[in-house]
Amino acid sequence: MIFSNKRSRQILRHAKPAGGSSSPNCHHLFSWYMIFNLTELLLFHRQEIMKWNGWGYNDSKFIYNKNGQAEFTGKRYRLSGMIIPGLRDWMESTFGATVQHKTPATPVLNTSAVQPPTLNEAFVEGIKSTGIPFSHDPEDRVFRSHGHCLHEIFPLREGKVGRVPDMVVWPKCHNDVVKTVELACKHNVCLIPFGGGTSVSSALECPPEETRSIVSLDTSQMNRVLWIDEKNLTAHVEAGIIGQDLERLLNESGYCTGHEPDSMEFSSLGGWVATRASGMKKNIYGNIEDLVVHIKMVTPRGVIEKSCQGPRMSTGPDVHHFILGSEGTLGVVTEVTMKIRPVPEYQKYGSVVFPNFEQGVACLREVARQRCAPASIRLMDNEQFQFGHALKPQVSSIFTSFLDGLKKFYITKFKGFDPSRLCVATLLFEGDREKVLQHEKQVYDIAAKFGGLAAGEDNGQRGYMLTFVIAYLRDLGMDYFVIGESFETSVPWDRVLDICRNVKARIVQECKDRGVQFQPLSTCRVTQTYDAGACVYFYFAFNYRGLSDPLHVYAQVEHAAREEILANGGSLSHHHGVGKLRKEWMRETVSDVGLGMLKSVKDYVDPNNIFGNRNLL
Amino acid sequence: MASRAVYVHRDPMLKKRDDFEDILEERRHSSDLRYALKCYTPVLYKGLSPCRASELKSMVLQSDQLQYVINQVSKEMGRTAEEVQAEASTILDEMAHRLQISTVRFFAFTLSKIFKTLFRSICVNEEGIQRLQQAIHEHPVILLPSHRSYMDFLLMSYVLYTYDLSVPVIAAGMDFMGMKIVGEMLRMSGAFFIRRSFGGDKLYWAVFSEYVQIMVKSGFAPVEFFLEGTRSRTAKSLTPKLGLLNIVIDPFLKGEVFDISLVPVSISYERVLEEALYARELLGVPKPKESTSGLFKARKVLSEDYGSIHIYFGQPVSVRALAEGKVNRCQFNLTPRHIPRKPGEEIQSFVNDLAYRLVRSQEENMVLTPWVLLAFLLLQNQAVGNERGMSLDELTEQAAWVRDLSRQFGAFLHWPDQLPPSKVVSSSLSLHRGLVRISDGRVQLALGQEMPHSAMTSEEELLNRAVIILSCASYRNQALHLFIRPALLAVAIQAASSNKKQEVYNSFSFLWNMFSNEFILCPGAAVQDFEEACYLLVKSGALQISQQEILVSGRGHRTLAFLANILDPFLEGYQMVCRFLYEATEGLTEKQFVPAVRKFIIKHLLTGRLRYAEVLSSDLQKNALAALLRLGAVQKLKGGEEQGALKVNKVIVNSLEDTLGGKLPTQKALVARL
Repeated sequence: MIFSNKRSRQILRHAKPAGGSSSPNCHHLFSWYMIFNLTELLLFHRQEIMKWNGWGYNDSKFIYNKNGQAEFTGKRYRLSGMIIPGLRDWMESTFGATVQHKTPATPVLNTSAVQPPTLNEAFVEGIKSTGIPFSHDPEDRVFRSHGHCLHEIFPLREGKVGRVPDMVVWPKCHNDVVKTVELACKHNVCLIPFGGGTSVSSALECPPEETRSIVSLDTSQMNRVLWIDEKNLTAHVEAGIIGQDLERLLNESGYCTGHEPDSMEFSSLGGWVATRASGMKKNIYGNIEDLVVHIKMVTPRGVIEKSCQGPRMSTGPDVHHFILGSEGTLGVVTEVTMKIRPVPEYQKYGSVVFPNFEQGVACLREVARQRCAPASIRLMDNEQFQFGHALKPQVSSIFTSFLDGLKKFYITKFKGFDPSRLCVATLLFEGDREKVLQHEKQVYDIAAKFGGLAAGEDNGQRGYMLTFVIAYLRDLGMDYFVIGESFETSVPWDRVLDICRNVKARIVQECKDRGVQFQPLSTCRVTQTYDAGACVYFYFAFNYRGLSDPLHVYAQVEHAAREEILANGGSLSHHHGVGKLRKEWMRETVSDVGLGMLKSVKDYVDPNNIFGNRNLL
Repeated sequence: MASRAVYVHRDPMLKKRDDFEDILEERRHSSDLRYALKCYTPVLYKGLSPCRASELKSMVLQSDQLQYVINQVSKEMGRTAEEVQAEASTILDEMAHRLQISTVRFFAFTLSKIFKTLFRSICVNEEGIQRLQQAIHEHPVILLPSHRSYMDFLLMSYVLYTYDLSVPVIAAGMDFMGMKIVGEMLRMSGAFFIRRSFGGDKLYWAVFSEYVQIMVKSGFAPVEFFLEGTRSRTAKSLTPKLGLLNIVIDPFLKGEVFDISLVPVSISYERVLEEALYARELLGVPKPKESTSGLFKARKVLSEDYGSIHIYFGQPVSVRALAEGKVNRCQFNLTPRHIPRKPGEEIQSFVNDLAYRLVRSQEENMVLTPWVLLAFLLLQNQAVGNERGMSLDELTEQAAWVRDLSRQFGAFLHWPDQLPPSKVVSSSLSLHRGLVRISDGRVQLALGQEMPHSAMTSEEELLNRAVIILSCASYRNQALHLFIRPALLAVAIQAASSNKKQEVYNSFSFLWNMFSNEFILCPGAAVQDFEEACYLLVKSGALQISQQEILVSGRGHRTLAFLANILDPFLEGYQMVCRFLYEATEGLTEKQFVPAVRKFIIKHLLTGRLRYAEVLSSDLQKNALAALLRLGAVQKLKGGEEQGALKVNKVIVNSLEDTLGGKLPTQKALVARL
């Protein structure tokens, strides 16, 4: 059976906000998961409420309003409906991007630009007989043909569509997946698992050289929490569930996973497992590999899973680690047992201003040494600090703006911080109220040793908000000749400063060498701390006015930046994964033997390359 | 911005060079005192972490690098870490500069006075200064001047001060420390002192390299040192020393700075202050130890005219750009970067290539005066035994011919074209009155005593002649880099058994290999050098080259003869060294080598069997020995009672001598064995 667009539109109309105010014990930044049950809505045609050629929800975006001021539309986010007075100036001064030079996106997908599907009739018949929903509607197929790399989104904005899946199937449970995979093996079609579609590694791109029929296996219908085990604090969840829904459902029972990657509004549990995701609050809850207790995956060879849920095992190499980070090359993750925790009693944001980035890094290093990192601690460099400043919404009262003025005066004049060098760390504490306050004091004491000044909860909160809206901001940039993206790495502590400096400088130099006419934005932040190192995020964007092939220039610069990362002792990826974008470096990353090991697993599990997205290897 | 490559120009004629500006001009017209007290606000490195000279010391002592070595040394030697730390501190005190602006101002004042009396002009390319200023702002800068005179580093600081650029910190040899007051003054103007040899001393090396690296990384000031390690007594560029270059680029390789700019600087003197001193030194009169009183005795130099100085600041070289694709920086990923380790082969060969490139770009930007070309002609004329010298007209005609040839080879020649050539020649000759004699319109080197001294032995007479010849040769040597590749080819063509390209190349490659300690020939670049030589000679019309053959054109004979003549003294010298070693008795040590070979050569010179007194140059003799050691014709014995003894392979040495003398054709076998 094929679901029609009409029906989902009906559902949309009936949708109501699911919650009123934010829950009292979970003082969270955004109330997104209180408003909609995304998964219920996103039955099959996500493009109904999400952009097909940009980030996030259709109703949420940055625009310049009639008065020429930047505004964030919609109702979903704290920033929604607010005017952001500083943004336009920031865009102009940072990128030279003016309102006069516009590059609007094609509003509607021209379905005739989508190549007709290559269908494997036998497979289609087989799927029909199982009753698993499927579609070959062009919009459905295009939506599942890409992640969110610049080179994936940019052509879509111009209405250009490349190779897309020929068909989409929506299995509703583990057994549906088993049937689908069996059929795919039998009829030799290529399967590409699709979760939240938030990949930034070209992982979802259909290999152009693939001649078989490509079927996108959309896991979104496998979205139930199957059981919660309060004795062991675990939950058994279908892998298609979207992050915000998982949290919401668990919250209803007083629990959470604590896994909050920046993409959690849209990304899926199965996707986290398949890419080795990392969450903002990993310091308390751990990364995905620490959180999973049991994984069930359907492969062309059959189903792989462990026989028990023991918390740790010495049974040879952990087979979970073949699955974690397999990026859809071995099979589909269908069900996961995950650790859960009671929802924390108390949450508190915070921020610290440092005179310079060096001091900030030294402080984070000390916090890591003393193993007292809060749930989240992030350090933004000066450029990002300024960016965060530009994103301040219009202040409501004179009193607040007076206070802001005072703060600024205190920091720059009284304390002598150079506004062009200072940087900010944002903090998030979580747990018992008493412990949080104690912990907070400990961290601020350490910060003081490195010249850090507490800079209030507000700044902290805004810092985390930035993470969620920055993806929307890229769409605004693309409306005005600005393209950009972020990428990440992990690096030993002694290398952090060097890698930040060198990669940022390399980006600037490469832009110059490649004829970019405007100064690029090249900025970074330290987003995670570990015992032996940190995760560093780079943001890079530039105004491409005057370039004939901006995407190519972008790709070259990003490539050079990655080379620079590797030359400075950084890893190929901390949590975005390899996909197809970074696989050229896999061999040097894991050595010949390492690559051979991975290949031999692939050869055994999937000899006919049914899971043919060609990621990783 | 730093250029992507040092050596980019394929056609030397197209080489574009900046114009010069005389900085003494202004000094002659305005107050030196005001100049010394001017407002001085140099552009600083953008990533500078400001610190004073005195703070550097504690940064060095507390660095991970040094602490690691201190612990290591204390364990190995069974001493406490405190003792070793104290020793490190003493080393650092002995080494460190105490750069302060007041001393720089003092020097600015005094040097203005001195320079104005000594020199007609000090010319600087201002575009180079602008490039340097930008480089200083962008990245840590290493200044690499050529080294022909003690004047060099005073000049460098003087020029940078004049242009309001950061005065550099300068790696200087310990020998200056002997001069009490001057040593301290130099220290306060930015010189830091390093021992000449500290091969095995781990602690010294660690203190030294950390001290230099901290200055590089923090962008404290441009770091200046001499790639050639010491003053070249012959005015030929010396084989670069790699130690300091390794140290200064290490922070880049380890990712501690984004890039490092290396700025080659060419300082050319119309007359070198140390002219005669150098010649005596090469002939075996040891160099006087530097002392303050010695410096004052040198006062008489103040009364002479030393012509002009040209200082050319070359294109800054980006270490990053050059290392791209040559050095895999990932090699530092798996061990902590503060643990010292020997650079791997990849880095060694990169640094070696880099050093040669830099020395070559120093050479290329050396300004050549007409006198340098005259020196070629006068020496060649003297060697053919022409007692009467050349007529001025003949000299002028030949000089104009060499001028044209050198321009075709891309020379940076300052020949005033607005004057008639005869004027140019005669004014050049007059500046070097001490070296030439003009009588009856004929010119020759001032060799014979005007009034023969009866008390003088023939050996003394010979040495006196040699002083003049070596002095003159030191001017000729300034332009050797221009002619060396074509000259090697010219000799190769003469020596080859046929005009087949391959044969000529074999012969070229033999000579190239033989002389690569004598001239700046980048290791492994024999083929490139051969092609460059072919290119230049074809372009100048001396050769025609087909797929297989090399043919000398009608007018090429003069060119080839001139070029081949240039190498003659060196060929003769190397043959003599081979002959000497062939005849040498067992147990000759390296130390005894120079005096012994000198005695041997004097004997032969006195019998009149040799044409070139130049072969008395100890520089040439040492280079020849180094080449023979490199080629395995001679071995240095290590250990035991024969420490330092030279073991000669007489068969090889003999056949090398014959090949050099053209008695044996360059056989493939011989080339292969080398």
